[in-house]
Amino acid sequence: MKGNRFWAWSALIFGLIYFALPLIGMTEFSFRMRRGEYSFDAYRVVLADPNFRATFSYSVTLAVLTIILSVCLTVPTAYWVRLRMPRWRPVIEFVTLLPLVVPPIVIVFGYIRLYNTSSLLPLTGTITGTNALLVAGYTVLSLPYMYRAVDTGLRAIDVQTLTEAAQSLGAGWFTIMTRIILPNVLVAVLSGAFLTFAIVIGEFVLAALLNRPAFGPYMQLIGANRAYEPAALAVISFGITWACMGLIQLVTRFSQATRASR
Amino acid sequence: MAFLELEHLRKFYGENEVVKDFNLHVEQGEFISFLGPSGCGKTTTLRMVAGFETPTEGVIRIDGRDVSRLRPNARDIGMVFQAYALFPNMTVARNVGFGMKVARRPKAEIEARVAEMLRLIGLPDLGERYPFQLSGGQQQRVALARALAARPKVLLLDEPLSALDAKIRVSLREEIRAIQKSLGITTIYVTHDQEEALSMSDRIVVMNAGVAEQIGDPFAIYGRPATRFVANFVGQLNTLRARLVDPAAGTVDLGGQPVTLGRPIPGPAGREVSLAIRPEAVALGALPGNDVTIEAPVREMNFLGSVIRIKAGLGAELVSLDLFNNAATRPPEVGATVPISFAAADVLVIED
Repeated sequence: MKGNRFWAWSALIFGLIYFALPLIGMTEFSFRMRRGEYSFDAYRVVLADPNFRATFSYSVTLAVLTIILSVCLTVPTAYWVRLRMPRWRPVIEFVTLLPLVVPPIVIVFGYIRLYNTSSLLPLTGTITGTNALLVAGYTVLSLPYMYRAVDTGLRAIDVQTLTEAAQSLGAGWFTIMTRIILPNVLVAVLSGAFLTFAIVIGEFVLAALLNRPAFGPYMQLIGANRAYEPAALAVISFGITWACMGLIQLVTRFSQATRASR
Repeated sequence: MAFLELEHLRKFYGENEVVKDFNLHVEQGEFISFLGPSGCGKTTTLRMVAGFETPTEGVIRIDGRDVSRLRPNARDIGMVFQAYALFPNMTVARNVGFGMKVARRPKAEIEARVAEMLRLIGLPDLGERYPFQLSGGQQQRVALARALAARPKVLLLDEPLSALDAKIRVSLREEIRAIQKSLGITTIYVTHDQEEALSMSDRIVVMNAGVAEQIGDPFAIYGRPATRFVANFVGQLNTLRARLVDPAAGTVDLGGQPVTLGRPIPGPAGREVSLAIRPEAVALGALPGNDVTIEAPVREMNFLGSVIRIKAGLGAELVSLDLFNNAATRPPEVGATVPISFAAADVLVIED
């Protein structure tokens, strides 16, 4: 028993060091911009940079648009698959997993080939078109997480009976979706939304190759040219991701508190 | 013309015919139960009336209007489900008012109607609760109020009590029947519980394998079952094989003893016939009203509390009879031969 415990602890400590040490080192380094003492100078420089604010708010806007688009795409799909086409579920699940298998670089080259200025639908010719393409790409990247989250949320409610109850009371499809289904999977949608947000904020490949001023390429640019600021930026973006994860936890716990008494 | 008409309804799932040529006319305000084992097609028939299933053939008319191809939300029906199906994101009041809100009724009217419905189901103070804060019985009452709030033409109930425990089931079924009577709403009630069907209904449709075996009032269903299936499914029943001795006089040979029913039985002498008799129609000893008395050995005795069920042998067959438990008289011993009696009129001849 004692031997077991020793190995368990060693594995845990090794894991903690493996994950935490680089983070601690990076954070510590980000405080050392001023020679000889710890300071927040690197953060001050980063936050004062107009490009930081521009790229960050650009990415936040795109994240929000991505969330809206993917909710509109996944909630009705997952709902319809559960209600009417349960046999298609494995197929749909496979399709939603594809973005994990197909690398973003392949997706973006596909986009550029299909929608370049000499194509039938020259989306890359305009800024709005390219932004739309980027949102579409982000939606694809977030699909595995969003779909799974929504599907899990739908599993917790009796989709078919609730739908039939609403229909017998005279409700049409739009009313059923907006008043019954969406409010009941809102917690799941939110956790999917936070994951999507974290993905979009840090995404580099799509934004860089479509040449849009997003936060990911900005981080790369700073990283290539400065010493302390990239460390500060990395800590900030870690903070954002962790905040998103924390919000997921919070929301899930809140929903469990209400569901436990059901 | 009846208020709700189901004519020549058929439903196929692939090759499998689950409802076979179903016909039923329901008068306004009538309470009809569909009774049958699971898989008999009763729920499918109900769901065709609701619009959740499309009949392969046949017509459904509500108040003279053909609704067979209409979508469920255009049929003016109220439905109560086994699983309550209250909307978990809405309060009780909003659940009850949902149908009227969808119909864009004025707010004041909705509020008044919701209050009226909550009073009707005896939960006037629970409007602001959420479904998860209610017991099963309360949830099902709210579901009933929700189904009735928008004044549907037909109320459909799909095994609404089977998820509840026994005591609540009995009190709620009385309540449902009282509410149905007070509103005079045409109702179809699906159940596999014969006691529910017998105690609540104006008429019962006994279904088996997609066929309506018998349609009739509870007394007819229980007392004069038309088929062997109905006889076996509704209530306890002794079915006995007997040999026809004299078709004209209705004399049969029952385990070696001649029994005369006093009415003709079709078929040639020597043919095997099925007889059925309810346990409560058989008495221990010769009773004044019972015109048939035979001797039978006691084979088994089961003590059920207020009732003692005795199984007596008639040749190879067993006939059950019930005795009220009376501390003053001791029941017969197993193995003793006792006289048992019944009225010939209570014996049903069942055609296979």
